Amino acid sequence: MSTPEIRVNDSELVEPPVVHADRRRSEWLMMLREAWRMGRTKIGVGIFAFIVLIAVAGPWVAPYSPTEFVAPPFSPPETSTMWLGSDYIGHDVLTRVLYGGRTVILLALAATVIGLALGVTLGLITGYARRWIDESVMRILDVVLAFPQIVLTLLFVSILGPRLWLIVVIVGVSHAPRIARVARAATLEVSQRDFVRAAEAFGIARWKILFNEILPSITSPLLVEFGLRLTYSIGLIAALSFLGFGMQPPAADWGLMINENRIGIIIQPWPVLMPVLLIGILTIGTNLIADGLGRALIGIERDTGVQ
Amino acid sequence: MESATTATTATTEERELVLKVEGLRIVLDPSGVDIDDEVSMEIHRGEVLGLVGESASGKTTVGTSLLDYQRRGAKIAGGSVEIDGHNVLDMDAGKLRSIRGGAISYVPQDSSASLNPALRIGTQLMEILEVHGFGSSQADREARLAQMMAEVLLPSDKAFLRRYPHQLSGGQQQRVAIAMAFANRPKVIVLDEPTTALDVTTQAHVLETVRDLTRSYGVAALYITHDLAVVANLADRIAVMYAGKVVEIGTRDELFDKGHHPYTRKLLASIPDITGERALRGIPGWAPRPGQRPPGCAFTPRCDWAVDKCTEQFPPVEVVSPGHRVRCWRYKEVGAQGAVLQAETGARTVMETAAEEKQIISVRDVTAYYQHKETLHGITTAVAEGHCLSLVGESGSGKTTLARCIAGLHPHKIVGDIEFMGKPLARDARGRSRAIRQAIQYIFQSPYSSLNPRKTIAQILSQPLKVFFDLSRDEMEDRMVKALEQVALDSSLLSRYPDQLSGGERQRLAIARSLAAEPTVLICDEVTSWLDVSVQAAIIELLAALQRDMNLSMLFVTHNLALVRSISQEVAVMNDGRIVEYGLVDAVLEDPQADYTKKLLSDTPTV
Repeated sequence: MSTPEIRVNDSELVEPPVVHADRRRSEWLMMLREAWRMGRTKIGVGIFAFIVLIAVAGPWVAPYSPTEFVAPPFSPPETSTMWLGSDYIGHDVLTRVLYGGRTVILLALAATVIGLALGVTLGLITGYARRWIDESVMRILDVVLAFPQIVLTLLFVSILGPRLWLIVVIVGVSHAPRIARVARAATLEVSQRDFVRAAEAFGIARWKILFNEILPSITSPLLVEFGLRLTYSIGLIAALSFLGFGMQPPAADWGLMINENRIGIIIQPWPVLMPVLLIGILTIGTNLIADGLGRALIGIERDTGVQ
Repeated sequence: MESATTATTATTEERELVLKVEGLRIVLDPSGVDIDDEVSMEIHRGEVLGLVGESASGKTTVGTSLLDYQRRGAKIAGGSVEIDGHNVLDMDAGKLRSIRGGAISYVPQDSSASLNPALRIGTQLMEILEVHGFGSSQADREARLAQMMAEVLLPSDKAFLRRYPHQLSGGQQQRVAIAMAFANRPKVIVLDEPTTALDVTTQAHVLETVRDLTRSYGVAALYITHDLAVVANLADRIAVMYAGKVVEIGTRDELFDKGHHPYTRKLLASIPDITGERALRGIPGWAPRPGQRPPGCAFTPRCDWAVDKCTEQFPPVEVVSPGHRVRCWRYKEVGAQGAVLQAETGARTVMETAAEEKQIISVRDVTAYYQHKETLHGITTAVAEGHCLSLVGESGSGKTTLARCIAGLHPHKIVGDIEFMGKPLARDARGRSRAIRQAIQYIFQSPYSSLNPRKTIAQILSQPLKVFFDLSRDEMEDRMVKALEQVALDSSLLSRYPDQLSGGERQRLAIARSLAAEPTVLICDEVTSWLDVSVQAAIIELLAALQRDMNLSMLFVTHNLALVRSISQEVAVMNDGRIVEYGLVDAVLEDPQADYTKKLLSDTPTV
C-alpha cells in the first residue's frame, strides 16, 4: 500500500463545526474554558485555592512559633488560646498545621514539574524517532512501570538517604514513564500530520520540530496528565514524610505530624486528623481539576473532530 | 417564496409530485443565526434533483432536514417537508423512525463511517429489512437481499455477505450503503456527495447505479454535491444553493445553457474542461459561513453584476419559465448572455515542446518500496525546465509515492536514479544540501494537515525564510508580504491562525510558504482534491500563472484527468506503480493509446 490518499471534504469540513473563530484559536485555552463550565472543576479549583491559601498565608496568621512549647503534651483544645490543642511534645497544633502545608505542596509541585519535563522529553523523542530508540526506551520504561511508585521511591531513598531534593527528583522520575506514554501517544498522532513533514522537507532541525511544531499541539493531554500526577505527588510526598524520609523534626509538616502524633490519637486526635483531612481534601481538589480538564478535552475532540 | 412554491411546472406536471419542501428555515441553535432560509423545492417520481453549492452553503443541512434530522447545534425553525402530502417535520418520534430508512432514506458522504464495523454486511442489510418489516417472511427478505445486491452489482453469495465492512473496497462500501438506502423501496432518497471519496472509475459505476435505480423504482432523489460535473449527466433538474438560499432552480439544460444567476454561470465556468476549449475560471473569495453572510444578496461581494440594490435587499423569486426560478435583480441581463459552456477561441495558450528541453528533474528506472512491498516498478520520466508534468492516476497508482521520492519524503527503500539538474539526489531530504532543499518545494494534498494550527501565518511563512535565507527582521516581513501577494492573500492575515482561513485560502498559504523558498521546482500533490470545484479552479489559475511568470518547473499530481489541460504540457498516466502512457497533453487526451487512459477518459465526468 502506498501513502493513504484521502480526497474527501470530510463532513466536518463541508459543514464546519459551529465554533467561533476566536474560540478555536487555541485548543488548550478552549479546554480550560470548557473545563471551567463544569461544576467539578470549579469545586476542585476552590478546594485547591483554599488549601494553598492555608499553606501560603498560614505562617502569617499562626498564633505561635511552630517550635514553641505552649502546653503539656497532648493537651485538649482550649477556646481562644489553643483551638486544636497541643501535640506530642507540647507545640500548638493549629500553628503547626498552618506551617506544615508549604513543604507538601511545594515538593509535590516540583516533583510533578520534573516528572513532566522528563516524561514529555522522552515521549516526544520516542514518538517522533520510532524504530529502535522508541523500542528500547519504551521497554526500559515498562520495567520502571512494573514497580509501584512508592516501592521505587523507598528503594532509592533508603539507599541514598533521606534528602529533600532526592525525594523530589525520585518522585518526579517515577512519574516520568506514565507521562512519557501519554506524550508519546499524542506525538505519534501529531507527527503523522503533513506540517511535520513540511518542516522535515525544509530541513528544520529535529529538536526544533519536536519543540516548536509538535509540543504546542499536545499541550492539552499533558495538562490533564499534570493535574493527575500532581495528585499522586501529594500522596507520595506525604507518605514519605509519614515514613520519616521527608522533613525531619522539629520541622512542621503534615505527613510528619501524622506520624509523630499517632500514638496519642485516642486522647488528642487533632494533630493527626487535621493533616489527614487537609491532605485528603487537597488531593480531591487536584483530582477534580484533572477530571474536569480530561472531560473537557474529550468533549472538544468529539465536537471538532480530528483535523 | 409564495410564487416559488406554487409554480409547479408544466414540464414536470405530468409526473407525480413526491417531495415538496416549502420555506424551510434552519438556524444555529442558541444564536438563531440562519444556516438555511426560504428553501423551497419539489421532486417528482423518478426524478433526480441535483443540489449544488460550495462548502458552507448549507446543502447537507437541507439534505438531513428532509429526514427531520439535525446535527448538534442546529434546529429546524420553520417551513415544511412533505412526502406524499405528509409533513415530515410534524411527525412524532415513532412515526419518524418508521419512515427513516423506509419511505425516505439517506446515503452519507463517507459510507465507511456509516457502516457498523463490528457487524457483517449481510447482517446490516438484513437488519434494515427487518426493522421496517419488509415482506412477510424470512424467505421474502432473503430474496430481496439477493435482489438488492444484484441491483448494486455486488455478489450476494454467503461468503460475500459474511464479510465485514473493512473487507470491502471504498466503492463496494458505498454500494452497500446505496443498497441499504434502496432496500425498502423508498419514495425519497437523499444522497450526500456519495462519490467524493471514490476514484473516477468507481464513481462512474456508482452514478450509473443511482441513475438506474432511481428510474426503475420511480424514486425521487436529491443528489447533493459541490461538483456540477458530477450531476451533469445524472440530474434532471438542478438547484443551486448559495449562503443557505436556493438562488436558481431549473432543468439541467436550462441551467447549463441559459443560467440566469451569475453564481450558476460562475460555477459552470469553474468546471475543468477536459477538451481544453474553455478557460478554467475560479470564483474569487469563498462562500460565507452562517453568521458571516452579508445582508441583501450574499453573493454580492463575488458578483460581477452587483449593483447597489443587491446589498440592500435579497431579490424575490423570479420565474424565468415554468419550473425555472431564479433570485437575482439582474436575471434578465444575466440570462441574455450566451451559454457558458461554449468553446472560446484562444482560451488556452498551447506551449509546444522543443525537441530537447533541458531536464530539471529526471527519474530513471526508479523502484520504490513501502515497507517490503514494491509499489513503484521501474519508473522513468522527466520534468523539463519551465514545464509542468501532470502525474495522473487513481488511488494506489503510486503517483504520490513518486512525487515523495523526488521530494525526499519517502521513508522507505528506493532503487534507481533521481537527478536534479544532472546531479543525483539523496534519498532523504535531510541528506540533501540546503540549496537543493530550497530548489525543490512540495505542496501537500490537505491544507488542513499541512499547516500547523498552533502557529500564526507569519510564523508559518517565516519557516522557509529562516532556514534558507539570512534576513533581517524587516526583510523577512517584506518577503512574507510579497509571498502573500503572489497568492492573492492580504498581508493583514499575518497575525492570524490557519483555522481562521477557508480551505482555499489555506491552500494559497501553503503555496505561499513554498514560494517563499524561491524554488526551481514545485511539486503539487493533489493540491485541489480537498477543495470545492470553484476554489479548485482559482488555485489552478494561480498555479498556472505562477508557473508562467516565475518560469517554474512543476510536477502536478492529480486524480482528475480533466484538470490536466488547464495546467500542464506533458502528462504521465500511472496505474499500479507503472507509467502506462506518457506524452504531450493534447496527444494523450485526444488520442490515448493505453486502454487504461481510455477508460479513465471515459469515466471522467464532463459537462
